[in-house]
Amino acid sequence: MASIEFVHVTKSFDKHVVIKDLNLKIEDGKFTVLVGPSGCGKTTLMRMIAGLDPQTSGSVLIGGKDVSRVAPGQRGVAMVFQNYAIYPTMSVRENIEFGLKNNKVPKEERTRLVESISATVGLQDYLDRKPATLSGGQRQRVALARAMVKKPSVFLMDEPLSNLDAKLRVQMRVELIEMHKKLGTTFVYVTHDQVEAMSMADTIVLMNQGQIQQEAPPETIYHLPSNLFAAQFIGVPPMNVGDLGEDGVKFGFRPENAVLSAEPGDNHFSVRGIIVTREMLGSETIYQVRSARHSFMVKCTEDLFTVDQEVCLGVKPDKMFFFGADGKRIERDDARFDGYMKALRGLSHE
Amino acid sequence: MRYISELRPVERTLGFVLKAVVLAVFVFPFLWMVSTSLQTFQETLAFPPTWIPAAPQWINFAEAMSAGPFLTYARNSVTVTLSVIALQLIVMIPAAYAFAKYKFAGKKALFAMVLLAFMIPGQVTFIPVYLMLADWGIIDTLLPQIIPFMSSAFGIFLLRQYFMQIPQEIIESARLDNASEFAIIRKIMIPMSMPALATIALFSFVSHWNDYFWPLVMTDSAGVRPLTMGIAVLRETEGISNWHIIMAGNVVLVVPILLVYAIASKHIVKAFVYSGIK
Repeated sequence: MASIEFVHVTKSFDKHVVIKDLNLKIEDGKFTVLVGPSGCGKTTLMRMIAGLDPQTSGSVLIGGKDVSRVAPGQRGVAMVFQNYAIYPTMSVRENIEFGLKNNKVPKEERTRLVESISATVGLQDYLDRKPATLSGGQRQRVALARAMVKKPSVFLMDEPLSNLDAKLRVQMRVELIEMHKKLGTTFVYVTHDQVEAMSMADTIVLMNQGQIQQEAPPETIYHLPSNLFAAQFIGVPPMNVGDLGEDGVKFGFRPENAVLSAEPGDNHFSVRGIIVTREMLGSETIYQVRSARHSFMVKCTEDLFTVDQEVCLGVKPDKMFFFGADGKRIERDDARFDGYMKALRGLSHE
Repeated sequence: MRYISELRPVERTLGFVLKAVVLAVFVFPFLWMVSTSLQTFQETLAFPPTWIPAAPQWINFAEAMSAGPFLTYARNSVTVTLSVIALQLIVMIPAAYAFAKYKFAGKKALFAMVLLAFMIPGQVTFIPVYLMLADWGIIDTLLPQIIPFMSSAFGIFLLRQYFMQIPQEIIESARLDNASEFAIIRKIMIPMSMPALATIALFSFVSHWNDYFWPLVMTDSAGVRPLTMGIAVLRETEGISNWHIIMAGNVVLVVPILLVYAIASKHIVKAFVYSGIK
């Protein structure tokens, strides 16, 4: 078990700087998810932890020790790749055993470890099979077993679920949470899927363009996004955002925090609009409401409206967010907050 | 792609005829060689040609082999060919691995040199090579038949292409499993490229087993000459060509190639249809 620390880390490929002067501490034993759009630098960060593409400058610490000059195989980390990277000419057993053999683990112990790990992931009947004869889910388990058997202090996972079908992905998500609980090891997980991040993480590290946008538990990142990017990246559909028309400030609210009604209610923010699309998802329905100046997504638990119907959309004041011209969220105790709240009232009923 | 059973009868017949023609063109010389090797001297001169000898003359083989130090020739051929293949693999595998998977200064220039070596025919370089080897004092031994072929540009090129298809993640995964670069080559790259290695080894075997020009230039004495030269000697012994004896020698020369091909063909077919696992 170990914490991971990035200290003033910069990474460039050729002359292109991908990550500049980044500082981050990943706590010991936590499930940390690095999430962001493609090209944001999340995989680069992970590969620096593994030592596959070491940093250009700065240092990376694992368990308090600077590993900048330590080879990948000596760092005590295990990695699960998106395409599993199973050795195709080796049997399942040989795949799981390979790292142990390289680490000179005696044969009896190796056999014992392989048997127990393969039972944990449900591969005990496939030990002598070649990877080509396994299904996607089984290959995924081989990759997990291969990582687990080394008892690493850090688990790295690079989009390990993206090659699985939707149903298996949901199942594996739960299994990974259980696995983390059982092992108690530091997990670092890279994904571009915010649902995976929200569902599994103890801490989410949200990245964009090589910079950390927010580092917080899922609840915090959802309810108190630090900036416009966080507000719009996390949540399905993302937060609705509109121009306040003052100081370049934007207002925003979550789709599930808007209330639709046939008649105007007494909500602080209230606009009239027409329902343009309706997506019935079973337990909830998502409407797209177009008003004179904006288009908003609204998530309702009841399916009461139809397309082309005119409705009133209302949001309570405590569900409203404001973002400054720099994109940062304006806190409730900020001196400007009440002023923007008043200005929002003026936008209503347009 | 359509299966043969889906073709119309006319197409199927036409296809069969074409294949038969191609087969005949390639197989006929071999069959004639085998037939001639079993004929008497009179039969070889008869017109119209004798297709099937009246009584197979197995003695032709004994005669071919007793015309010179046949066992020495065979031993030289085997030694030279196997040494060349072994050395080529030792040089080629790490070189192809470096070209396929490493980033290093001068990689492009070095690879361009490999391609250049691939394109220059031996006839252009044999004089300077001869002079160099003569300088070393090793002309008329087995060494000049081996040393210039320690590396194969064609092999490096083909193997590099093959190595490039092996996903980087598999190698990275092995590095995280604490495997040395040598272990990665031995336990991952080589087993994954057996089809390519078999193909390269076979090509190399055929070209060196059949080589006549190079040993002709580099050797003088029978003691260090290969089979190809021994068989050429059969031709010049008596002024008239004893075709039945020459062909018997040729059969002996060709049989090992057919045997090696039979063993390697399973892998070679795979080399061309290999798609890997997703």
